[in-house]
Amino acid sequence: MDLSNQILQYVISGITNGAIYAVIALGFTIIYNATEVINFAQGEFVMLGGMAVIALDSSGNLPLALSFILAVLAVTLVGAILERFTIRPVKSSDPVTLIIITVGASIFLRGVAMMIWGKDALGLRPFSGASPIHLGGATLVPQSLWVLGVTVVVMAGLQFFYKHTITGKAMRACAFNRRAASLVGISVNRMVLVSFALSAAIGAAAGIVIVPITLCGYDVGTMLGLKGFCAAVLGGLGSSPGSILGGFLLGVLEALGAGLISSGFKDAIAFFVLLLVLFLRPSGLLGPKEIKRF
Amino acid sequence: MKRGRIRENRIWAVLLLLVALTWSGCAKKEEPKAPYKIGGIFAITGRASFLGEPERNSMELLAEQINAAGGINGHPIELVIYDTEGDATKAVLNANKLIEKDNVLAIVGPSLSGTTLAVVPIAEKAQVPLISCAASVKITTPVKKWVFKTPQTDVMAVAKIYEYLKGQGVTEIAILTVGNAFGDSGREQLIQQAPDYGFEMVTAEKFGPKDTDMTPQLTKIRALKPEAIICWGTNPGPAVVAKNMRQLGIEIPLYQSHGVASKKFIELAAEAANGIILPTGKILVAGDLPDGDPQKTVLLKYIDDYEAKYKMAISGFGGYAWDGLQILAQALEKAGDDRAKIRDEIERISGYVGISGIFRFSPQEHNGLTKEEAFVMVKIVDGNWQVIQ
Repeated sequence: MDLSNQILQYVISGITNGAIYAVIALGFTIIYNATEVINFAQGEFVMLGGMAVIALDSSGNLPLALSFILAVLAVTLVGAILERFTIRPVKSSDPVTLIIITVGASIFLRGVAMMIWGKDALGLRPFSGASPIHLGGATLVPQSLWVLGVTVVVMAGLQFFYKHTITGKAMRACAFNRRAASLVGISVNRMVLVSFALSAAIGAAAGIVIVPITLCGYDVGTMLGLKGFCAAVLGGLGSSPGSILGGFLLGVLEALGAGLISSGFKDAIAFFVLLLVLFLRPSGLLGPKEIKRF
Repeated sequence: MKRGRIRENRIWAVLLLLVALTWSGCAKKEEPKAPYKIGGIFAITGRASFLGEPERNSMELLAEQINAAGGINGHPIELVIYDTEGDATKAVLNANKLIEKDNVLAIVGPSLSGTTLAVVPIAEKAQVPLISCAASVKITTPVKKWVFKTPQTDVMAVAKIYEYLKGQGVTEIAILTVGNAFGDSGREQLIQQAPDYGFEMVTAEKFGPKDTDMTPQLTKIRALKPEAIICWGTNPGPAVVAKNMRQLGIEIPLYQSHGVASKKFIELAAEAANGIILPTGKILVAGDLPDGDPQKTVLLKYIDDYEAKYKMAISGFGGYAWDGLQILAQALEKAGDDRAKIRDEIERISGYVGISGIFRFSPQEHNGLTKEEAFVMVKIVDGNWQVIQ
């Protein structure tokens, strides 16, 4: 196989992983815009989605589609409960305090997942077959198409939600100016709740579609969350298109770095690029200059 | 007269007391001797819990059996076991605690090569016998006075795989190893021993212990067209490698290390596990061993006892701690509660038939196993192990 085919394979692998990073980064963005908090439990939502769907799938004879929906709903509920009982009761609205709370919440969720599902990684059958699809000289698993499909649906859905629904518009208003938003009668508290539920839901969806490819254990959330956070910062924290760009860029760079330079430096290459971007453009690639956030 | 009666009463009282005392003494049979305290440090939780949990269970099972049989020369065994979570810092803290606070006679563990290498200097300095349950050859080469280990080394595992590959007429190989102590030690051996067998290594790739996608590495390997791929790691990475190979449609035979020799691996890799060849201790195929094999009865009894007590399937790893405590028990029987004497006695053990092989220790050999006895090559067929003759 010549180099161009190899590079094609790296790009395909990178896009699949990048799609997941992009969705996780979007989760960070949604909550960041509503609260200026970096939710470090974002990776745990992804893990919970994966674990929940495995549990539902192995527990009964539910169709996979129903397991998918139930798992997303369950994790959405977890996200809402998390906001209602850990973020909202805190008097101080200092983002640093809230960020530390999310760190605590992530450790808590990880611990609970370990108690429920044990310490071993678990797997799930692919949604539609495992025989690879040949694409030029490269190969692609059907599950990758699911990952990309779900990513596109999530992005389009979010876009529609923000542009065409009252709640979505209200959330954008909060992101621009919370005080002004509350003055025109938008319940900021409710918007924060919705933002947590929403980012939990899309995190769970990301977790579910990647399980058949990557396996899922109680502790996968940390690294995925971190990569998603990097993607969000790379693209510009607070910018949705930036998150998506950052996610794909990170995924592809990782794969190319591992394949062409050295697999030992896979993570290092991604983080090096991140540092470079931050030095040259501290607000990220598509980061907001001042007020524009969406 | 009155005085006499009082004296008489006193005598009665004393007699009664004596009778009562001796009687109560009889009820306890005999004075229990002071217990022998033995420490254990395992990765009971965390990513390496598949090692630490069966190790702790096996050690507790054996201690229970020894104590039920009357202990060692009448001394019961008391275990103090701590969890390292697979973390070197915690392993060091726990080792110090065992030595200074609990004052144990010897330590079994830790579970991982990395944590063991972190604890070795402590055991050496405090002069406490340490019997590690980790694979790396660096633990006992060069020989360290106070450090022993029970698992087969990666040197033997690599030699076993290479012997097999040579028999298959393979000349070009590629390796893919995990970036932790287990993988690095295996990698070193794979690279070092390859020329001895006339292999050409087309590439030596790596992956991170928490990576979830190895397709870039495998793509690179595929382009170089080796005749065999050897993956060296512990779960779940190698399962991802197996899956990724299927996803990429790579047909090159995949060999794995003994680090994945558990049902868990087959569960994780599912379909993709079939066809993989790896070296493993005899425990996974105990039922299929020829009757003449001296380890067969030992293995079958251990498996029965373990599965009866814990209601879970056996793995290849608990045996490391079982062997560790057996060896200590044999040494304690001769040495008593003296750390230096225990160490000397371990070196004299020769011919102990254990789970991982037949141990022959000496002052130059602190692992005591040979590759012929310690490993068999198995192939995964329909989700089961099959011995390759």
